[in-house]
Amino acid sequence: MTTTALPTYEDAIAHYEPVIGLETHVELGTNTKMFCGCPTEFGAEPNTQVCPVCLGLPGALPVANRAAIEATIRIGLALNCDIAPWCRMARKNYFYPDMPKNFQTSQYDEPLCVDGYVDVQIDGETFRVEIERVHLEEDTGKSLHVGGATGRIHGATESLVDYNRAGIPLVEIVTKPVPGLGARAPEVAKAYVTELRDIIRSLDVSDVRMEQGSMRCDVNTSLNRPGDEWGTRTETKNVNSLRSVERAVRSEIIRQAGLLTGGTRIFQETRHFQETTGDTRPGRSKETATDYRYFPEPDLVPIAPDTAWVAELKAALPELPSVKRARLAEEWGISALDMQSVANAGAIELIEETIAAGTSAAGARKWWMGELARRANESGVELAAVGVTPAQVAQLQGLVDEGKLNDKLARQVLEGVVAGEGDPAAVIEARGLGVVSDTGALTAAVDEAIAANPDIAAKIRDGKVAAAGALVGAVMKTTRGQADAKTVRELILARLS
Amino acid sequence: MTDVTRMTAAQVAGLISSGDASAVEVATAHLDRIAAVDERVHAFLHVDRDGALAAARAVDEKRAQGEELGPLAGVPVAVKDVIATRGIPTTAASKILEGWKPPYDATVVERLRAAGTVMLGKTNMDEFAMGSSTEYSAYGPTNNPWDLGRIPGGSGGGSAASLAAYEAPLAIGTDTGGSIRQPGAVTGTVGAKPTYGGTSRYGLIAFSSSLDTPGPCARNVEDAALLHSVIAGHDVRDSTSIPQPVPDVVAAARLGATGDLTGVKLGLVKEFAGEGAEPGVLAAFRESVEALVKLGAEVVEVSCPHFEYALPAYYLIAPSEASSNLARFDGVRYGLRVGDDGNRSLEEVMSLTRDAGFGPEVKRRIILGTYALSSGYYDAYYGQAQKVRTLITRDFTTAFESVDVLISPTTPFVAFPFGSRTSDPYQMYLADLYTIPTNLYGGPAISVPCGLSEGLPVGFQVMAPTMADDRMYRVAAALESAVGTLTPPTLEA
Repeated sequence: MTTTALPTYEDAIAHYEPVIGLETHVELGTNTKMFCGCPTEFGAEPNTQVCPVCLGLPGALPVANRAAIEATIRIGLALNCDIAPWCRMARKNYFYPDMPKNFQTSQYDEPLCVDGYVDVQIDGETFRVEIERVHLEEDTGKSLHVGGATGRIHGATESLVDYNRAGIPLVEIVTKPVPGLGARAPEVAKAYVTELRDIIRSLDVSDVRMEQGSMRCDVNTSLNRPGDEWGTRTETKNVNSLRSVERAVRSEIIRQAGLLTGGTRIFQETRHFQETTGDTRPGRSKETATDYRYFPEPDLVPIAPDTAWVAELKAALPELPSVKRARLAEEWGISALDMQSVANAGAIELIEETIAAGTSAAGARKWWMGELARRANESGVELAAVGVTPAQVAQLQGLVDEGKLNDKLARQVLEGVVAGEGDPAAVIEARGLGVVSDTGALTAAVDEAIAANPDIAAKIRDGKVAAAGALVGAVMKTTRGQADAKTVRELILARLS
Repeated sequence: MTDVTRMTAAQVAGLISSGDASAVEVATAHLDRIAAVDERVHAFLHVDRDGALAAARAVDEKRAQGEELGPLAGVPVAVKDVIATRGIPTTAASKILEGWKPPYDATVVERLRAAGTVMLGKTNMDEFAMGSSTEYSAYGPTNNPWDLGRIPGGSGGGSAASLAAYEAPLAIGTDTGGSIRQPGAVTGTVGAKPTYGGTSRYGLIAFSSSLDTPGPCARNVEDAALLHSVIAGHDVRDSTSIPQPVPDVVAAARLGATGDLTGVKLGLVKEFAGEGAEPGVLAAFRESVEALVKLGAEVVEVSCPHFEYALPAYYLIAPSEASSNLARFDGVRYGLRVGDDGNRSLEEVMSLTRDAGFGPEVKRRIILGTYALSSGYYDAYYGQAQKVRTLITRDFTTAFESVDVLISPTTPFVAFPFGSRTSDPYQMYLADLYTIPTNLYGGPAISVPCGLSEGLPVGFQVMAPTMADDRMYRVAAALESAVGTLTPPTLEA
């Protein structure tokens, strides 16, 4: 096999059409596990949140958690799905030590929710991602392989298993294949997962934190030449952030295009996304095709959600993100496109909270979408992690509105807040950054500026008021920007009138 | 005092509640009997002498303090080793669970304890309840007290034999395809399979989840009903448990014992009353039917055309579920682990453990079930078997539109000699020919002794609609009143 140089993304897209599909797992935030009464808190000592049921001890039996079923139905409803009037859990049989029963209780051909969709917007264009199914299952335990170089099972001297996570309810949301996205495929993938996250967050059924693993995403990608049938897909796992979703699709498109152009066929395989390099690597190849031998779980009675109950749940759904965005765009007086930018930046709640803390919509948006977005982008972090709270932004803008800070000073104060020097007031105090509006202190500086610039002073005296700007600049320079420009201007005009 | 080990459970309970015998005396008498005869019978895999005496003392203390005792307080009971007992070895007669002590009690055991019964120990069985003779126990077979060279039935041969050997007046069994009833039949004891979901499966080591049903074993119908009423009833820990009141089986048994079956319509299953059964079994069955008619019952012949497909359907459904249920025995978390020498892979250790830990019949069924669930074969095997199951259920519901209960022999043949059916699995499977349809349907059924054939007990089966367990107790008790209970050999040296 010859190695083919990777094409550029633009090249890849010029020759091939991508089809993507996403499988997203969401750990539900129920108080207890899916089939027993064990607690679900994250980070407890290993094997302290277990019982005969979630350890799969001989004789133990599962009983379904109603709260988990309810949460799954609410997710289904929020994703515009039909809710099955009758469905069953199924056993997915395979041997793995982090799975206590050596089968996972999941759903197979009878999912709880089917046929939904999520609309996402990019640059004002709407893309519909169709949902094939939403089903409920139990999570597995976690294996820890000790002694090997890679942390993988191969080469490890011993393996430890923590069953605290075993049996935590997990919802799997599977999209239908999404063709026809062209170059937009990576962006749509990211926008979909973002929207999904926001929808689920609005339902308050999971904390949907990708970095903690409470939301996990597998990305399927295939390429075909225009007019051809869809190609063979690969499944990329280990995609642990929204940004990675986009990068994973993009890199897989480039990789597959390179292979296809070089005449190599794509194998159906599981690949792992590499956070550091941004590309995907093959997973451990399975020697034999996996046959999960699914069959209906005989230990559980079928789930038959009452239609009245489902209707009740539907009526009680909270305001979903898309509706909320439309409402806020109206309230904030911005266009749908601008609102989309706010959403894409992850700034909606931050701006909302800043407004709630007493700032105008324009003021709040200016900071989060301007200076703070720039800083977040520069340091490659989410906006929410930029180091400033909505309350601090509100305080900052409040000081500007009161005339105690000008824009330039406000940015310096912000820098101090980001650097961890405290609230804006504390930074002003520590750095001595307050605006000088005491006319007594400024008069000397004004007189100095007039004396130093007799020509300009003469013009102003002659009625050319616009020339005052130059003198204001001079005063600002001598006061190192701490003067209130408006006050300085008034003083100059008073002196020369 | 007369020998308490020969008494009925009801009599023993009466003695204890009246103060004529202490629970400790009763427990001691049974433990002594076990010590005397179990070397020859091998009904028990584990005898919990200390636990039994402690439980008996607790009952005596309660009585001394004037507390009210339940109807079976102080009565000894033997429990099949497939049921989890806290701190007491529970092996399902498999090497793979040798030495495993569950950290919890099965619901059935919890209820036995709450009722003040005294658990003597754990009884032998075919490994994971797969078999009809106890010959597949990893710890050696149980011998039938009627003829120590013959099988006691299975899988619950130990529970049935413990009754016939007067080691216990009551025992708990589990019935997946006949494992309570067929041992009852061949040991001349009573065995009842309650409605599926009528007794909790929580703590019962699963063989086939959609079929497994714990139930009572006794030497007479009333005792079985008393035990039934103690263990039955809704359990929130078993999703398939039925949230309805338990039918009054004790009252039904007492009503039946009056010997009046006027107005009761019995459906004789045509397919199970002809060829296929031993002549002696058929003769005893027919005589019993005559006896029931004399008690006022009306007997009509009923055809259940799909019953002949019950055996093949069962041998797809039960092994399929078993192949999944038994996957957890992999040496990782508990029980046997073989080959963990630091050089072998996890897969190798799992494989070696399962190879060493499972016996031949368990392996056969795991392979069978794995195959039946495989992609490409699922529809033809597991899927088809489920359709047959629906048809069999329809046979039952149709029949129950015109009759109150169905009747048949419990098993086609009397206790057979050891080794006579192990070489051909199908010959062994035939033992459950008449009992399996009920499991597929989910209704209750009871086996009650109805006479002897060549000196060996014959069982009479009464099958009732789901949640009409009381009906079968009434008919069985009436038959018992007509033909009497059987008295097994005493096993005295």
